Amino acid sequence: MNAAADLARGVVTRISGPTVTATGLTGVQMYEVVQVGELGLVGEVVRLIADRATIQVYEDTTMLKPGAPVRPTGAPLSVWLGPGLLGNIYDGIQRPLPGIQAHSGAWIQRGEKTAALDTARRWTFEPRVRSGESVIAGQAIGQVAETPLVKHRIMVPPGASGTVRSIVAGGDYTLRDRVAVLETPAGPRDLTLLQTWPVRTPRPIRERRRIVEPLITGQRIIDTFFPIGKGGAAAIPGGFGTGKTITQHQLAKWSDAEIIVFIGCGERGNEMTEVLREFPELKDPRSGRPLMERTILIANTSNMPVAAREVSIYTGITLAEYYRDMGLNVAVFADSTSRWAEALRELAARLEEMPAEEGFPATLPTRLAQFYERGGAVTTLAGERGSVSIVGAVSPPGGDFSEPVTQHTRRFIRCFWALDTELANARHYPSIHWLHSYSEYVEDVAAWWEKQSPDWGELRTEALTLLQREERLQQIVKLVGSDVLPDTQRLILFIAEIMKDGFLAQSAFDENDMYCTPERQITLLRMILTLYRRGRDLIQTGVPLARLRELACVPQVMRAKSAIGNNEPDKLAELEKRVSEELDALAKEFSKKGQAP
Amino acid sequence: MNDFTFAIQDRGLQYVGATRIEGPLVVVERIRDVGYDEMVEILDTNGQPRLGRVLDISETQAVVQVLEGTTGLSNQTLRARFLGESFRLPVSRQMLGRVFDGLGRPADGGPPALSADCRDVNGMPINPYARRYPREFIQTGLSAIDGMNALVRGQKLPIFSGNGLPHDRVSAQIVRQARLLEEQTEFSIVFAAMGVKHDVAGFFIRNFRESGALARTVMFFSLADAPSVERLLTPRVALTLAEHLAFDCGQHVLVLLTDMTNYCESLREVGTARGEIPGRKGYPGYLYSDLASLYERAGRIEGSPGSITQMAILTMPADDISHPVPDLTGYITEGQIVLDRDLFQRGVYPPIAGLPSLSRLMKDGVGQGYTRNDHPTLASQLFAGYAYVKRVRGLADVIGEEELSALDKQYLKFGEIFETRFLNQGEYENRSIATTLDLGWEVLSLLPRAELHRVSDELLQEHYRDQAQIAVSGAGPSTED
Repeated sequence: MNAAADLARGVVTRISGPTVTATGLTGVQMYEVVQVGELGLVGEVVRLIADRATIQVYEDTTMLKPGAPVRPTGAPLSVWLGPGLLGNIYDGIQRPLPGIQAHSGAWIQRGEKTAALDTARRWTFEPRVRSGESVIAGQAIGQVAETPLVKHRIMVPPGASGTVRSIVAGGDYTLRDRVAVLETPAGPRDLTLLQTWPVRTPRPIRERRRIVEPLITGQRIIDTFFPIGKGGAAAIPGGFGTGKTITQHQLAKWSDAEIIVFIGCGERGNEMTEVLREFPELKDPRSGRPLMERTILIANTSNMPVAAREVSIYTGITLAEYYRDMGLNVAVFADSTSRWAEALRELAARLEEMPAEEGFPATLPTRLAQFYERGGAVTTLAGERGSVSIVGAVSPPGGDFSEPVTQHTRRFIRCFWALDTELANARHYPSIHWLHSYSEYVEDVAAWWEKQSPDWGELRTEALTLLQREERLQQIVKLVGSDVLPDTQRLILFIAEIMKDGFLAQSAFDENDMYCTPERQITLLRMILTLYRRGRDLIQTGVPLARLRELACVPQVMRAKSAIGNNEPDKLAELEKRVSEELDALAKEFSKKGQAP
Repeated sequence: MNDFTFAIQDRGLQYVGATRIEGPLVVVERIRDVGYDEMVEILDTNGQPRLGRVLDISETQAVVQVLEGTTGLSNQTLRARFLGESFRLPVSRQMLGRVFDGLGRPADGGPPALSADCRDVNGMPINPYARRYPREFIQTGLSAIDGMNALVRGQKLPIFSGNGLPHDRVSAQIVRQARLLEEQTEFSIVFAAMGVKHDVAGFFIRNFRESGALARTVMFFSLADAPSVERLLTPRVALTLAEHLAFDCGQHVLVLLTDMTNYCESLREVGTARGEIPGRKGYPGYLYSDLASLYERAGRIEGSPGSITQMAILTMPADDISHPVPDLTGYITEGQIVLDRDLFQRGVYPPIAGLPSLSRLMKDGVGQGYTRNDHPTLASQLFAGYAYVKRVRGLADVIGEEELSALDKQYLKFGEIFETRFLNQGEYENRSIATTLDLGWEVLSLLPRAELHRVSDELLQEHYRDQAQIAVSGAGPSTED
């Protein structure tokens, strides 16, 4: 950015918190990055009136004075894209937090300037094209093994294409080394391992595709009842204490996406520390490698500057799109989009914009839509399949889902996991309520599940119907108690109880229970429904419910989720057999009684 | 228009007169070389200084928030002196055992704290990468907390209370009894009172003195009759000192902030005076970020043995937990201890509500290697059982207790004993964690073994006791309504 030196310097005229006004910035553009004051605080131009520019500053402005210099950089806020992103933790504007710590200790000082990626580190580059070959935008010219889990493709940047004039031999290169020269219609262009992209602009794709494959999360209530597709968008709304963050962590840990981007947006510092501490130790259930090798963290905790919170979401999603362009499935977790919306509100108020609902700016729905629409299943520029799935946590004030952020989010997502305070109070986790949640991806992913087990759709519907009937019966029980109900109805209550404890509730801390394979999910559900189906028939023939309750297999079915591991299908099959046998025995006993005079 | 003049003083420029005084805000014009958030000394007609800070600054005017109120100020005669730096507090270990006002000035007749080390009271955000995850269990000696909502060192756990509930007694008891299992290290205490009454402050001083904690306590008082704007700085001043004690001196610091509802009201007052667009219930839209800038100043960091554990006390207006102050607090803190009026009226002390109370960090500080291997399971099963009790009670209200099934009656009994034996304890009763856990099993054994779905067979074998073995005494207050 040599041009920056020639650009006009401006002068600060007014400071009000993170909002700074400056004059004299001739030629500056909207959303251009500027450096404010002697410390060079990073800011972004958000409004231009005549020669007055309003700047949103990403750092604390204490003791900044009118008259301080403002230097434009000539470029919009952009992120660095290249090997070294995985396993890293960044602040909202892609400054690496480990680098900041090495530089200035435990506290984040102002005016930190640390490069997003290590430019001294050498990466082993394997070329994949030869000189003379013609390449298109998005095509890989080579790759770097970024972590043992991820082959990082070095791609022709969007907008460029042509013939490879030269390419280096395989070997070790830094991010700044030229690895290839491209002959483009606009002249020769050097390619390095590093490229940049402005965060507010979606990276281009060839086309969008239909979502057909589920994102397997290992969480029973999600995968079986309210699945999300690869490339889908979901929201987790819930009041405080309902377990939004734990649920998000669980998904980030166990989802079968190849890359995870976790954006801690205006949340607790300790939660990010927890991820940092836990992920390197946890093993991916599929590859056995540490989960951190496929994870990027963006942390703008609640006490970090609010303007950087607004941009952290875009930083995160841009990194996700970059990996998607390599033909990978990426999952983005944003915790919490409500804090992001509040940042929008705070900044809009500073700009004295006219407020809409509850003080939020009128652009809130547009901004939410723009964010969620950056997800999706796509064909990349190079013609490969990739996807970005987005899961956004929503923190409605007072747990009231009718507030603007929850309501507008619902319009742009197709999967809604409603967390329930009452379930959380009873320590039933995940506290996703089975009657208030929905997924519009069920149809899309049904084919995939039915390949695993043809009766998936049937089991799912039957279980949900049963839970619905239980809810209605509970209304009656609340009025008159359960004793007056006939055994057929009390059976529903009984089975629903097994289903809640033995299937819907899932411990994030139990080694066997934290992740549940699709096969195991189906078997567990089928076993519970077998108890229901055959139990119903038995009660018809006069077997009292009490006898069913007393079956030795009942507590075993309830505890199977934690007592039997994912890699012990034999034990599970054995239990399934035992359930049938015990039911058979009961049937036999009563058919004899029935025949007796 | 006023006649603006400025006179050169020994310390910076002094400006005479203001264009506007409105609520706590003073607008000073024709200023030079003033920074955002700079401290200002405003002299009234008698020459008495009051502190203020710059909220908005342009080339021509500065909006100053006067922390000690604008009563008695005249826009013609007031004099403003800009101090050239943001609000700073001199910090030192010598401040332990002292009492200060809400802005950190001595209030005990002693000399001002002397230290070359002056800190910006706004602090700086802790780099999340440099945090150490809190894991060490703190035994408070209260079963309701240790058993069900355990506190760990470096956690921020507020007490949600209501007017008239014994939050002061509960927090004083915690301060008296809190200690780590292995070591006998005692906490240094930083106590910040915002808008509380003199007798409440007196209660705490008495308590600290009785328990011998006074020498390791620092108190900051911005009492109910102090100007309300001052309260906005009080918790920041207190936390700045706490950070020094914890991360520079390596001490374990317990910070008590009371009452956060008063703090939020002051924030609302200033927001309204500035003509800001109000959010829910008139509180400013940045209430969340502002509270976070206080609560997030708790924890542990790499390279320092010290820690800051935070307990903020707030009274929920009309006991409404969805009120913006408890609501936003709950979103930032790592759980909450909720006091329950119903339990209180039935004579249960501490009246800690079983279900809405929560400690998010409990999972990392209890169990094998921390307290006892059965602790997580026991807590989970007690929660599940008590949740069912609540449902049965609802049912009993409708159909009458006699109509309940035998099992439901058993649950009612369990609920009653849980409250009177497990939750209930004396104000000076300090239970060890082992006592708490054994008591938990004793109470849980009132339920049929088959009802304990969350407990593994091995743990049941070890801890479940048959009815015959237990002699549940009728200790505790009467539970008749």
